[in-house]
Amino acid sequence: MMNDSVSKISGNKPVYSDNDPQDELFTLNLGPTHPATHGVFQNVLQVDGERIVSGVSTIGYIHRAFEKIAEHRPYYQITPLTDRLNYCSSPINNMGWHMTVEKLLDIELPKRVQYMRVIIMELARITDHIICNGILGVDTGAFSGFLYVLQEREFIYEIYEEICGARLTTNIGRIGGFERDFNETAFAKIREFLKRFPPVLKEFEELFNRNRIFVDRTADVAAVDAETALGYSWSGPILRATGVDYDVRVNEPYSSYEEFEFDIPVGTKGDVYDRFMVRNNEMWESLKIIEQALDKIEKEPKGIFHADVPDFYLPPKEQVYNNMEALIYHFKIVMGEIDTPKTEVYHSVEGANGELGFYLISDGGRSPYRLHFRRPSFINYQMYAPMSSGMLLSDAIINMSSLNVIAGELDA
Amino acid sequence: MELAFVIEKVLLVSLIFVITLVIAMYSTLAERKVAGFMQDRFGPDRAGPFGILQPLCDGGKFFFKEEIIPAGAHKTLFILGPTIAIITACIGSAVIPWGQELTIGERVIELQVTDVNVGVLYMFGVVALSVYGIMLGGWASNNKFSLMGAVRAASQSISYELAMGLSLIALLMVTQSLSLKEIVVQQEGFVNWNIWVQPLGFLIFLICSFAECSRVPFDLPECETELIGGYNVEYSSMKLGLYMFAEYIHMFVSSALMATLYFGGYNFPFMNDLGLSQNWITIIGVLVFFAKIFAFIFFFMWIRWTLPRFRYDQLMNLGWKVLIPLAIANIVLTGVITVIKDTFF
Repeated sequence: MMNDSVSKISGNKPVYSDNDPQDELFTLNLGPTHPATHGVFQNVLQVDGERIVSGVSTIGYIHRAFEKIAEHRPYYQITPLTDRLNYCSSPINNMGWHMTVEKLLDIELPKRVQYMRVIIMELARITDHIICNGILGVDTGAFSGFLYVLQEREFIYEIYEEICGARLTTNIGRIGGFERDFNETAFAKIREFLKRFPPVLKEFEELFNRNRIFVDRTADVAAVDAETALGYSWSGPILRATGVDYDVRVNEPYSSYEEFEFDIPVGTKGDVYDRFMVRNNEMWESLKIIEQALDKIEKEPKGIFHADVPDFYLPPKEQVYNNMEALIYHFKIVMGEIDTPKTEVYHSVEGANGELGFYLISDGGRSPYRLHFRRPSFINYQMYAPMSSGMLLSDAIINMSSLNVIAGELDA
Repeated sequence: MELAFVIEKVLLVSLIFVITLVIAMYSTLAERKVAGFMQDRFGPDRAGPFGILQPLCDGGKFFFKEEIIPAGAHKTLFILGPTIAIITACIGSAVIPWGQELTIGERVIELQVTDVNVGVLYMFGVVALSVYGIMLGGWASNNKFSLMGAVRAASQSISYELAMGLSLIALLMVTQSLSLKEIVVQQEGFVNWNIWVQPLGFLIFLICSFAECSRVPFDLPECETELIGGYNVEYSSMKLGLYMFAEYIHMFVSSALMATLYFGGYNFPFMNDLGLSQNWITIIGVLVFFAKIFAFIFFFMWIRWTLPRFRYDQLMNLGWKVLIPLAIANIVLTGVITVIKDTFF
């Protein structure tokens, strides 16, 4: 990585170079603990003053071998692992995983459960986009907008608490449905959120969308054309910002997304500003989807929150203690003694950062033979170093924020 | 020199010094309170009522922190950096006229440390020196991020001093004086304030003040998200405190300068029509002056918690391609108007 002039100096020779000293580059370690990396990963940059000449991305600082751990765990114990992928939107990961296993086991969920999942996934998408766009604001120097929307994320976390009891690493849902029904408070809070979030998001947009400094900072920065983006296998908002209307929710609908009316916002130039706008608009679309889902749930029979699959879904405790059948199912499920088909499945959901895929090979046993997570951050981030060369340091940093690289998803 | 004069000046200098430091201290609290207000939260409220003791606690904590000088640092310059920063920040207030004269018994006390007849130039010199503190500190730390911060600070400071100076030239063409006292005396009442004759000049001066103080949107030397704090990365303990202090004193002096040059200093509307005694006018004038300063300080903070920051090249473009041409145009315009006024009216 060392360029010529640098290696001359570092060698045990007289410090002399025919080169113009102004040509010398220096190495700048961006990370692993840099405020702009928002997590633990590193970029070793060769910098010419403020301009980046080349860079190498180093990942793996929080690699936890989830894929390997998953090979030793029964299916239902893998959900908490998925929490810790993209921890800004864990419910999407949870749901994606449940759906993958349901696909493997060929379980059809009742409509109400599917709508509930849609609600929780869209809420998660909003939290993730809030963080990404808010942090983009922070990285350009505008702090306040971030806190305005972060209050609303707090409220979504309250909804999570209402639904599953946890806030960040949610572990929402079970294979075959949810662990319990959404209570009345949860529904009330979701409705309240639909009312209170739009004004805040509008205020946030007013702070940034036409802010001259912000637009100057982000427009035409790190522009990526659709072909390159597809070549690097990008997905999610940053791909849509380049103008490709690929969204798993539409292209490969899951959890009844085909029944919902919503638009896929796309950009034109694929620059940081377009990514920001795509994410902002997606939040509006998510709100629309949640509203529709709430209406649809009202039309469904109440109280259904899981599919009727006693082989895979834990029976209620009162039945376990009083009923032989339930006790057996309970034992088998908890001990992971369920029979799974010997096959392989791939299921993907539209994660907040892109296509979040689960490739599962089952050998019929209690745990996956092999499980691979297609983590969008990992794939999107590959382009970061090549993209950065020629960029100013400041641009490289907001580019990183707009890619929304979540360290947990980068290193599974 | 009579003894009473010396005592008077020493007292005044100490008083202004103390006031400057206290205001700088409380600016840190105010900044956090304003940030809290803008961001729907409280800000510090644990130390004393409304967090009034917060700055004292912060200061005390700074003193008791371990002081670390990095192994690769140039020790002398590393210590010199914050020293220069705080000294240049503090001496700026010497030429600012805080009020008219107070009459106590027989004695007439001028509320200005010294009325240098090139006061404006003096201010400029001091402001130009202040970048040395940042530059030396950043370079001496032997850290790449602080070096980049220092380079940014130096180039930013040089670029914006030009525009600032040019905007002042137009003002001086109007005031015909470099003495700050004289400039303030000219702006008596309300309609004579320089802002009315030099609105464009004020705008340029204001923008340049933001740049000189390294405040958002020109906080590139610190730029937490890119340079992790920039020139002061390696500083700890009270040295870091001094840098921060210098920034707030700088903000205070800049505000005072803007109030003096463009907003009539201690002058307030109808000051001579209220039938007050001279001493009362002076006292109210001082309060009014501080009110103006606080308004500017609040403005600094308001901007900080609202706007994003520029990129380095955009900053340079704004300085060289927008502000300097505008300032020159302002000079020409002022000249033309002055000539027309002198010829026809």
